[in-house]
Amino acid sequence: MSKTLIRGAKVLGGEPQDVLIDGGVVEAVGRDLSAEGAEVVEADGKVLLPGLVDLHTHLREPGREDSETVLTGTRAAASGGYTNVFAMANTFPVADTAGVVEQVWRLGQESGYCDVQPIGAVTVGLEGAKLAELGAMHESAAGVTVFSDDGKCVHDAVIMRRALEYVKAFNGVVAQHAQEPRLTEGAQMNEGVVSAELGLGGWPAVAEESVIARDVLLAEHVGSRVHICHLSTAGSVEIVRWAKSRGIDVTAEVTPHHLLLTDELVRSYNPVYKVNPPLRTERDVMALREALADGTIDIVATDHAPHPHEDKDCEWAAAAMGMVGLETALSVVQETMVDTGLLDWAGVADRMSFKPAKIGQATGHGRPVSAGEPANLTLVDAAYRGQVDPAGFASRSRNTPYEGRELPGRVTHTWLRGKATLVDGKLT
Amino acid sequence: MQRHLISAADLTRDDAVLILDTAEEMARVADRPIKKLPTLRGRTVVNLFFEDSTRTRISFEAAEKRLSADVINFTAKGSSVSKGESLKDTAQTLEAMGVDAVVIRHSASGAPYRLATSGWIDAAVVNAGDGTHQHPTQALLDAFTMRRRLVGRDAGLGKDLDGRRITLVGDILHSRVARSNVDLLHTLGAEVTLVAPPTLLPVGVETWPCEVSYDLDSTLPKSDAVMLLRVQRERMNAAFFPTEREYSRRYGLDGDRMAKMPDHAIVMHPGPMVRGMEITAEVADSDRCTVVEQVTNGVSIRMAVLYLLLGGNEPAVSHARPTEEK
Ligand SMILES: [Zn+2]
Repeated sequence: MSKTLIRGAKVLGGEPQDVLIDGGVVEAVGRDLSAEGAEVVEADGKVLLPGLVDLHTHLREPGREDSETVLTGTRAAASGGYTNVFAMANTFPVADTAGVVEQVWRLGQESGYCDVQPIGAVTVGLEGAKLAELGAMHESAAGVTVFSDDGKCVHDAVIMRRALEYVKAFNGVVAQHAQEPRLTEGAQMNEGVVSAELGLGGWPAVAEESVIARDVLLAEHVGSRVHICHLSTAGSVEIVRWAKSRGIDVTAEVTPHHLLLTDELVRSYNPVYKVNPPLRTERDVMALREALADGTIDIVATDHAPHPHEDKDCEWAAAAMGMVGLETALSVVQETMVDTGLLDWAGVADRMSFKPAKIGQATGHGRPVSAGEPANLTLVDAAYRGQVDPAGFASRSRNTPYEGRELPGRVTHTWLRGKATLVDGKLT
Repeated sequence: MQRHLISAADLTRDDAVLILDTAEEMARVADRPIKKLPTLRGRTVVNLFFEDSTRTRISFEAAEKRLSADVINFTAKGSSVSKGESLKDTAQTLEAMGVDAVVIRHSASGAPYRLATSGWIDAAVVNAGDGTHQHPTQALLDAFTMRRRLVGRDAGLGKDLDGRRITLVGDILHSRVARSNVDLLHTLGAEVTLVAPPTLLPVGVETWPCEVSYDLDSTLPKSDAVMLLRVQRERMNAAFFPTEREYSRRYGLDGDRMAKMPDHAIVMHPGPMVRGMEITAEVADSDRCTVVEQVTNGVSIRMAVLYLLLGGNEPAVSHARPTEEK
């Protein structure tokens, strides 16, 4: 493999340096490195980050290839600066056996754009009743380490307890979609002033918070670790903060859209804003930003949820829930966290690469940008500003809430083990 | 006036008074042997009902026919929120037929708003009730009924409901009628009080322009109108209140309670009434109860709305009067 010299990049936002890639690894990091025999990428002023890792992606294959495939999803991931994504289990069939997770894993290997680590379902068919073959999925070629019924909550306390206990045998983690099902029957948006006015079924914050409270206590009781998906309320932040202060082994994620958007947008009845968990209030958004900054929330995860146009171009109640996120995540994090001074680029690398790789045990990803490390890298033009144009998305679906919105930052290059997957904003 | 009528909250005080005044003109048509105006001749109005409501559909249809519009009834029963029978497809079919107005009833909150704003169709959209969101013509006919009874038929022209005290009782949480009425009555200067058990009041109701009470008896003596809302049977099993009997005891209107109201005060109900539980026969059949008038007034209000949306912004009188004198 040929050499690449990235010249003058601000590594993790620090002073400009050169980074030499050779044979899939970082050969050297320093000033005025020799460009001899290397292809040179001028990175003057741009920010170099470790390749991003998404612990929460929906790739839709198998079963909903009209929304996304592993190939289109990993191309979207590379466009957004990701080198590793964890694929959620709510496919058709559900990823609840070794066979299905191996299929997804192989498709990821073949794509060549981004490593894919399948997430295994916690329960058979996501039905919440019977544990899936967690051990077999872990031992399969896919090496599953993260288990989740995402899209649904593991709401039975006994099943949740057993899952937490069982995965201790191989240091797995259960990622919980916290949503008390009875409290969210008929729910279509955040319960509050806006839902009351619009006449849309309310989704109370307590439906999320009560499950998180229960699960951190269960994790403490059985001495296991638990990961909470897509925190969306200020109260959830308080519970996770309390649990951490108590020494409970809990990690948590927030999506980019919950850092930026509020339920006021639902006044448009435009289903691009329909998402699970729902967009909350300004107060929640501010609490989530603060929690991500102070480390209470460990990581940013996209919850990339592609849907075809016809599933969103309808009335609110009939529309599918979810938004695509891989290609806009970094821009939204820059807007809400970096440009506001809450987080520097080293902090972004921590929340979007180091920590998610650690939680998911993605060895080879989320590594420091230093000599000898795998060359999984992302180059960001942080000075860029432009309107989001979904027409240019690599994802098969375009259900973005940001169409036409101006956002900062643009990923210009992505390298997966030294091989460029994105060059000057174009997929290779 | 705006091009569509989606929410009572979209109406200014002057818009609302114009509609009420126009409805008075329209009401006179109903008193004539030939109950018809040529106003909307050659215009096509579609009644697009994704949810059953014979009462509302017939009311709109009567209004449309009295204005000489061509009427198409489109009922898409049972297809409300399922994929396949998409609102967008239907809208585009209607657009291709060149309809001038769509009266839409839908079980999904926001469906009329989407229809009016998504570029699927160019026609004027009238919301005939969407989910638990809005039912603006119902609020208008209620206000019309109140103005006639509390201010006066001719004395009311040009007037609003300034200072009148209106109490709404019952299932506020699931009621598009309550939402529409709170918005419109506030705009018209009335003081609104909502009375319900806490389980049937929406979260955030404290931000609405009204008072809230759990106690019916204390609000009755200071009410000029008491509007009872229907409590649907399916709420009974969903733990919103313990039993029908207990609900009736605390929030039902019977003769004893009605006696606590001022002499001039009226009792309203959007219908259909569940006699016994929310209202006793004694109250329903008393001459204070305006249920039948509300139905009659519904046609006049819907004529006024369609006329103003399709016939221009000027008061109906300029067109309606000469016709009337023929
Ligand atoms: Zn989820």
